[in-house]
Amino acid sequence: MVSGAVFFQRESAMSQPSISKSMTSGESGLAVVFAATAFLCVIAAAKALDAPFAFHAALSAAASVAAVFCIVNRYFERPAALPPAEINGRPNYNMGPIKFSSFMAMFWGIAGFLVGLIIASQLAWPALNFDLPWISFGRLRPLHTSAVIFAFGGNVLIATSFYVVQKSCRVRLAGDLAPWFVVVGYNFFILVAGTGYLLGVTQSKEYAEPEWYADLWLTIVWVVYLLVFLATIIKRKEPHIFVANWFYLAFIVTIAVLHLGNNSALPVSVFGSKSYVAWGGIQDAMFQWWYGHNAVGFFLTAGFLAIMYYFIPKRAERPIYSYRLSIIHFWALIFLYIWAGPHHLHYTALPDWTQTLGMTFSIMLWMPSWGGMINGLMTLSGAWDKLRTDPVLRMLVVSVAFYGMSTFEGPMMSIKVVNSLSHYTDWTIGHVHSGALGWVGFVSFGALYCLVPWAWNRKGLYSLKLVNWHFWVATLGIVLYISAMWVSGILQGLMWRAYTSLGFLEYSFIETVEAMHPFYVIRAAGGGLFLIGALIMAYNLWMTVRVGEAEVQMPVALQPAE
Amino acid sequence: MSFWTRHQVFEKNSIILIVGILLVIAIGGLVEITPLFYLKSTIEAVDGVRPYTPLELAGRNVYVREGCYLCHSQMIRPLRDEVERYGHFSLAAESMFDHPFQWGSKRTGPDLARVGAKYSDDWHVTHLTNPRAIVPQSVMPGYPFLSATEVDPDTIADHMRTLRTVGVPYTDDQIANAGADLKAQADPDNAGSDAFSKRYAKAVVRNFDGKTGTPTEMDALIAYLQMLGTLVDFKIYNEKANLR
Repeated sequence: MVSGAVFFQRESAMSQPSISKSMTSGESGLAVVFAATAFLCVIAAAKALDAPFAFHAALSAAASVAAVFCIVNRYFERPAALPPAEINGRPNYNMGPIKFSSFMAMFWGIAGFLVGLIIASQLAWPALNFDLPWISFGRLRPLHTSAVIFAFGGNVLIATSFYVVQKSCRVRLAGDLAPWFVVVGYNFFILVAGTGYLLGVTQSKEYAEPEWYADLWLTIVWVVYLLVFLATIIKRKEPHIFVANWFYLAFIVTIAVLHLGNNSALPVSVFGSKSYVAWGGIQDAMFQWWYGHNAVGFFLTAGFLAIMYYFIPKRAERPIYSYRLSIIHFWALIFLYIWAGPHHLHYTALPDWTQTLGMTFSIMLWMPSWGGMINGLMTLSGAWDKLRTDPVLRMLVVSVAFYGMSTFEGPMMSIKVVNSLSHYTDWTIGHVHSGALGWVGFVSFGALYCLVPWAWNRKGLYSLKLVNWHFWVATLGIVLYISAMWVSGILQGLMWRAYTSLGFLEYSFIETVEAMHPFYVIRAAGGGLFLIGALIMAYNLWMTVRVGEAEVQMPVALQPAE
Repeated sequence: MSFWTRHQVFEKNSIILIVGILLVIAIGGLVEITPLFYLKSTIEAVDGVRPYTPLELAGRNVYVREGCYLCHSQMIRPLRDEVERYGHFSLAAESMFDHPFQWGSKRTGPDLARVGAKYSDDWHVTHLTNPRAIVPQSVMPGYPFLSATEVDPDTIADHMRTLRTVGVPYTDDQIANAGADLKAQADPDNAGSDAFSKRYAKAVVRNFDGKTGTPTEMDALIAYLQMLGTLVDFKIYNEKANLR
């Protein structure tokens, strides 16, 4: 990378009393493990039964060798002592992994939005599939969803959680290599999953498409993530665990449970990519949407609510509106969310009792969702004027408004009669994107606009004017996107059930497909605007890091952020 | 001590907080998922549903690989318009051997739960190769490359063995003859096609893509599509028998 030096500066060497330098057990242990992994991966590549598996085994072997090199090289370049936990009585925060994850979030975000634009265009103009397997809609769609949810969203969550847990516990992040293992390991999972989709490696479970070996790797990375996060909390200097950390913890723990439950699968061979899921038919459907809806509930909601609970008070310089409301919000949200999965299976062969439970809890879920929204919005009490002057805060607040909108729409769509119209149509896609673009997207953008200057130690953003442009271009994009999908979804649902006066179905299926075309074009335009907004953001953040003025508020011998 | 003071035990102890989270999130999943494994009413008793033939299984894997489920559901809901458009609503039993299930969540294209035997093999070959050759308004991608790729008859038995481990009742006989059966189903002149038909009730033996030689992915996918929804005979299916 051209400006790698600026982006990921090492901790500058400190004048330490001379200690004899030796590898830590973590460094030597991890180097040995990766060396062994490289060896095993070479064997796997040689014995592979299918080409994608051979490719992934070779990729893993190369990555393992690179990991050994990085660990050894880091050892040679570092001073004898590891970075201290405190300097002059103040925590020496670990910013390196946070910078890496922030950078990757922006990178994957743009990649994911771009693939979204491509598949939206493919639906409007099918010739864009070019009759090629690797870029046909069916393979690119999981690439889009995984890139935006897990690659973009996941990196935002890891970056912000590592930042928030350090700051709110007032201690340095636990572990030396472990945080790096988490951020790099997670992005390697994304690489394996994404290239797998293009090569046709998928277990066809929505939002859990990666095959067994990628799932295993993610499990290891995720356990280390939990350990780093938990160990940091355990050594905290504050008596209370801050609210945001409850939400991060619920997100990390629950995603682990969901991941293991839904991905229980048996590989056909340890040298091949194909596996078969342990569950079948109904049970598999229930497992899938227990997972799928709670990927929304815990990945895209609980995790990003943690961001809301830290970044909005911080940016608005106001305390959280109600601490007690956040307690109720937390427990009610995580208890109710887990039940909501069956609303994805209304009127299917899933037993009625399960559907009704799912619907009931989905409707109840409206309450904690809005409790959380109120807690976020009311935090601005006494600071509403900042919305006029601070486009970053505006982005964060609008994200919470979108959260409120989609958490009203969701319970409504979970009602069986509404669902009988909306299910299988673009209304679902519109609903998902009002949450994904409006809530998750905007809260992530707002958090990154805060986090990048903090992590790179800059006075502020390169340009607030560009943030303003980003805000309006992206908002216009979202409005085009979701209104097009509402209209096309409801239109399609109504056309499917329309009868003539003689009692015949009025429209053939293909007539309903044809009627969608104008809305697919508008949707693609909306997605294009959202992508342009993200490009403006990337430029702004890049310039913030490259030319931004360094913050010099603490003249004491405080270590500059890593 | 007020509730708010008591709650501090979670706020001050990370392990108690984690245990609390685990307990709270476990309840919903346990209540909704576990009964599905033992309540008899979950999957109705029905005649005719059998595991996929080797060729159909290979076709199903193509269906999964290409992400067909992203645009086509395989779950007809008991709503008037759906039953009239697609056929009898889907039964739980009809997907009981599906690992993973393919119910889907979106209908950019029509439901395929009962597409079997609705169109000719020729129609499918032409349509899969270039959908717009048959349906000009279609937005489906073309899959001409399926005709160029052969299915591997040697590994399909391993797939069936794996499926048996997770609960699909393949017999030893079916697994032992998997490779031969895979070829036999796409070749009516094959000496083994009679034995194949005995092993798999209602399985159709045809040269699906119209070309000779080892079956292609086009053969496999069409064999799969042509059997979808055809296993249960709804003329003799007695819905009331399942009320209990």
